[in-house]
Amino acid sequence: MSNHEQAALVRQSLKRRYRKERRFRFYGILAIAIALAALVTLFADIIGKGYTGFIKTTMTLEVRFDPKTMYLEDATDKDAFSMADFKAPLLAALHDVVPEAGDSDDRDLGHLLSSYAANKVRDTLEADPSLLGKTQTMTFLVSDDVSVYVKHADDPNYSIQLSEKQQGWVDQLQERGIIQNSFNDVFFQNGDSRDPGHAGVLGAIVGSVLTMVVTLLLSFPIGVAAAIYLEEFAPQNKFTDFIEVNINNLAAVPSIIFGLLGLAVFINLFGLPRSVPLVGGLVLTLMTLPTIIISSRAAIKSVPPSIREAAEGIGASKMQVVLHHVLPLALPGMLTGSIIGMAQALGETAPLLLIGMVAFIVDVPSGFVDAATVLPVQIFLWAGSPELAFIERASAAIMVLLTFLIGMNALAIWLRRRLERRW
Amino acid sequence: MQPGNLFPLVVVLIGIAFALGYARSRALATPLGGIRHLKSLPFYYAARASLWCGLPALIIFALWLGFEDKVIQTLVIGSLPADIQPDSPGRASLILSQISNVASGALSPEFVPEPIAGAADRLTALRAESKLMMTILVICVAILGAFVAWLRIAPHINARAKVESTLRKIFFMCAGLAILTTVGIIFSVIFETIHFFHKVSFLEFFFGTSWSPQTAIRADQVGSSGSFGMIPLFVGTLLISGIAMVVAVPVGLMSAIYLSEYASKRMRSIVKPLLELLAGVPTVVYGFFAALTVAPFIADAAGWLGLDASTESALAAGLVMGIMIIPFVSSLSDDVINAVPQTMRDGSLALGATQAETMTKVIFPAALPGIMGGILLAVSRAIGETMIVVMAAGLAANLTINPLEAVTTVTVQIVTLLTGDQEFDSAKTLSAFALGMMLFIVTLALNVIALHVVRKYREQYE
Amino acid sequence: MNTMNSAIDQDVPVKDEPETRGGATFNDAELEGRTVGKPFADDPKFTLRDVEVFYGDARAIKGISLDIAKNEVIAFIGPSGCGKSTFLRCLNRMNDSIDICRVKGQLQLDGEDIYDAKRDVVELRARVGMVFQKPNPFPKSIYDNVAYGPRIHGLANRKSDLDDIVERSLRGAGLWNEVKDRLDSPGTGLSGGQQQRLCIARAIAVSPEVVLMDEPCSALDPIATARIEELIAELSQSYTIIIVTHSMQQAARVSDRTAYFHLGHLVEVNETNKVFTAPQHELTESYITGRFG
Repeated sequence: MSNHEQAALVRQSLKRRYRKERRFRFYGILAIAIALAALVTLFADIIGKGYTGFIKTTMTLEVRFDPKTMYLEDATDKDAFSMADFKAPLLAALHDVVPEAGDSDDRDLGHLLSSYAANKVRDTLEADPSLLGKTQTMTFLVSDDVSVYVKHADDPNYSIQLSEKQQGWVDQLQERGIIQNSFNDVFFQNGDSRDPGHAGVLGAIVGSVLTMVVTLLLSFPIGVAAAIYLEEFAPQNKFTDFIEVNINNLAAVPSIIFGLLGLAVFINLFGLPRSVPLVGGLVLTLMTLPTIIISSRAAIKSVPPSIREAAEGIGASKMQVVLHHVLPLALPGMLTGSIIGMAQALGETAPLLLIGMVAFIVDVPSGFVDAATVLPVQIFLWAGSPELAFIERASAAIMVLLTFLIGMNALAIWLRRRLERRW
Repeated sequence: MQPGNLFPLVVVLIGIAFALGYARSRALATPLGGIRHLKSLPFYYAARASLWCGLPALIIFALWLGFEDKVIQTLVIGSLPADIQPDSPGRASLILSQISNVASGALSPEFVPEPIAGAADRLTALRAESKLMMTILVICVAILGAFVAWLRIAPHINARAKVESTLRKIFFMCAGLAILTTVGIIFSVIFETIHFFHKVSFLEFFFGTSWSPQTAIRADQVGSSGSFGMIPLFVGTLLISGIAMVVAVPVGLMSAIYLSEYASKRMRSIVKPLLELLAGVPTVVYGFFAALTVAPFIADAAGWLGLDASTESALAAGLVMGIMIIPFVSSLSDDVINAVPQTMRDGSLALGATQAETMTKVIFPAALPGIMGGILLAVSRAIGETMIVVMAAGLAANLTINPLEAVTTVTVQIVTLLTGDQEFDSAKTLSAFALGMMLFIVTLALNVIALHVVRKYREQYE
Repeated sequence: MNTMNSAIDQDVPVKDEPETRGGATFNDAELEGRTVGKPFADDPKFTLRDVEVFYGDARAIKGISLDIAKNEVIAFIGPSGCGKSTFLRCLNRMNDSIDICRVKGQLQLDGEDIYDAKRDVVELRARVGMVFQKPNPFPKSIYDNVAYGPRIHGLANRKSDLDDIVERSLRGAGLWNEVKDRLDSPGTGLSGGQQQRLCIARAIAVSPEVVLMDEPCSALDPIATARIEELIAELSQSYTIIIVTHSMQQAARVSDRTAYFHLGHLVEVNETNKVFTAPQHELTESYITGRFG
């Protein structure tokens, strides 16, 4: 075959081959597009569902603490106080702002306010008994139905529960600025609640923080110590190999298995209480340890041998070399790995379900052995609720969780850039 | 003393031990002519004293806290009169919770039988006693340890070597914790699993085609026995994992190939972090997305096509799980593809191969073992994934491979069976541990094989 | 990231500093475009004029003009980092895969521009084959290694044609007798010298017009090197061969002409025996007498 014939053959094949090349390239772009589209859809969906969770709808009323309608002559009298009618002043105030409502509309009118409004009246009066007989401007959360109507009147996914008449009142009150939307501070000040309007993430955030504190305090020192042992001291033998095999496998064991371990060992064997941050932290420690050990070992490996040799050369013991020279140099890498491990632990849900952190808990936990829930579990609980208002809360909580996670990862990246030495 | 106060106290004692040890070693050194006549620096003598003070005390402290409740419970139950001695573990836990409710004041003693009320008093007393004993013991051990170490400070003793060898042992134990965890996992499932197989036969569990663990509370209820055939769970798990892999493998692999072979540096620097972001999203968020957005969408779309889809379809869970696994597959493939030496690419390109030809005919075959290893790891992840399926897949154990129907998985059943009230001796609860055991064995096997394959592959090019 | 390593490792971009080693000092202006000897030929395969190569802002090749004649063996020599490998890789555009690498000037193969926008790089490489420093057989069988090129280019219609090409190429690379009984065994299982000959067989299986060799013997022992050098002599009957080498003896043994590179400049080109016996440039003389390198 002459060079010319051959060149002709090659040229002939080119069209077909370039078609393949283009197709291959297109598949690559398509794959990336699919992945990115999924990411965008996910975030858009969550933000779309949840941004209204950061808005609360309130009603501002002039409440007159009328002794007569409340059947309360003396606000300091405990017995009388517990029998008093705290709804009456609310109704009166509502009638003031909705003059066209008649006496028969009491039920419909009262339904505009959250069921916790009367509690607020009671608490206010209890705190300052001298208010009896006086008038006070107070702001209340509206009921869920009103909130849904105000925020989602145009959204076909939500069904509006208010009657035509009530809708008319709400429209009018909104126009007059009595019903207002504002930033939902309640969401960040409360624990869980049966009432979506009062449900917040503070309890879950505190629970998560407590759990993470336990996890960090245990997993970081243990992980670093284990990494030091394996990199610096472990003899080359079967037992060391066995430890390594275990670590690598544990890194890939499904998280729910760690939940089974926590249930069987910490709760059933050691009798630790259920639903508490201490046990959650212990379980997550065991789960994140392999990650921390693996990244810490990589950090130790990246310390150049010349540093070790220099220290050994002036007579430092192995332990001194490690603690005085290797460890400080490897620390940024270890911290970065640990933060990423912590971020994983913060988002973990499954093992915590098994150790009972799914309970409905209203109070914000105040210690490591208080019943608590964590953010991801709170999201799981709200997501399973049939009420759309809770779905909205779940989305909002997801945004809070993602903010924490992105913050932690950004911190890890910053730390790496800032502290990591290039050799 | 409360554990919360005792721990700081021990820490303070450790500090005191350090200070005393430091002072004594210096004092010993002065007549000799300075610290260089000591075998070790004063710091190490002090550290040794701290270790002697802290270690034994803290070990006792931890063991006491760990076993206190169990021991007290056994004592209390043992002290009950013979006629109300519990005959089963379930009964025992019931009585215990009654007793502790009375003791904590949640239940009035008037509503329980007299022996229970007595036991509650005993429980309270024992707890107080235990706390006191623990406090005394821990403090005594700490002081004694510090004192012994303090006495043994002498110029000829090489404290540094001793401290270092202790530290080394501590480091070793930290590393050994990995083995302990594995052993813990095995032990936490194996006993309940054996117990389970006393109640349900191997044959039924592994080959039964029906799963409905609802054992009856009363004996006369219909369908009281419950059935424990894991085939439907197994098929459901495989179906959802299979859908996930169909999504994740081509997308993950092709994006890794594109990013490593075609993409500009700039594009890589943008797309890679975005893929990592996808990997950092917690599974509960994917579950939320699957259950509330993808599943209704698929049900609607199927309805529009005239198909009948469940709102808990396997397809929804599988698709979203696939999305979750994309970055996992892509980063593993990326590593593997980059491990193929550049000379291979050059060799192929120099012969006039196009990039696609180089990729499909040279690089991909060379990287195949590594990629297979990565895919096995991804499968193991899909099988063990819990939250997406708990939220988006159903509870009904249908034996089907139709992706539009609802199926359930092993992990869903474990969560369902173990959340909420449980009796520890019912086949229903025990079956969760048997399933956990299966899950552990399967994922362990996949991981061992995958890690082995990947390691062998890396060695080939190192 | 893998697409931009190997070439850079071999040829570090050169700094624009005057060269002071070897006793003589020359700056860029004194060397650029002042190649001594016989850089041009009457019937050129490659016509290269004012070629410049940049890595980012660094100029690695500084205005080289050279002709390469049909069926000649030309050796590129020079101290490491002088740009000889970079220059070689321009001839079949292997530098394309390095993002930051740019090539300027006129480079023609049979009068057609190599870097023309319409120029097909696949076709170019089918005509200009390459053998690398380190033997790089694919992790496939010996047969598949050699058959790879003909297959992708569609050079054989039948299995028997392909068998012929494989046998011819392996014979051409002097490997046939050693491997004819184990064509199915992996190419990576051969010895280093055999692997390099396999790579040569792979390159000639697509019947290129030119074979570029980038230090083909640097990873081999002396016996394998001698075998490859014999092979180069045989191949020179039918191919134009451009060989980069760090060994002056090798250049002297195998090549018709020798080109001496220095810090991105082409200092001297001439018939090999002239370069080694009567170098015209001071730098060439310093190099071949071993004063630096």
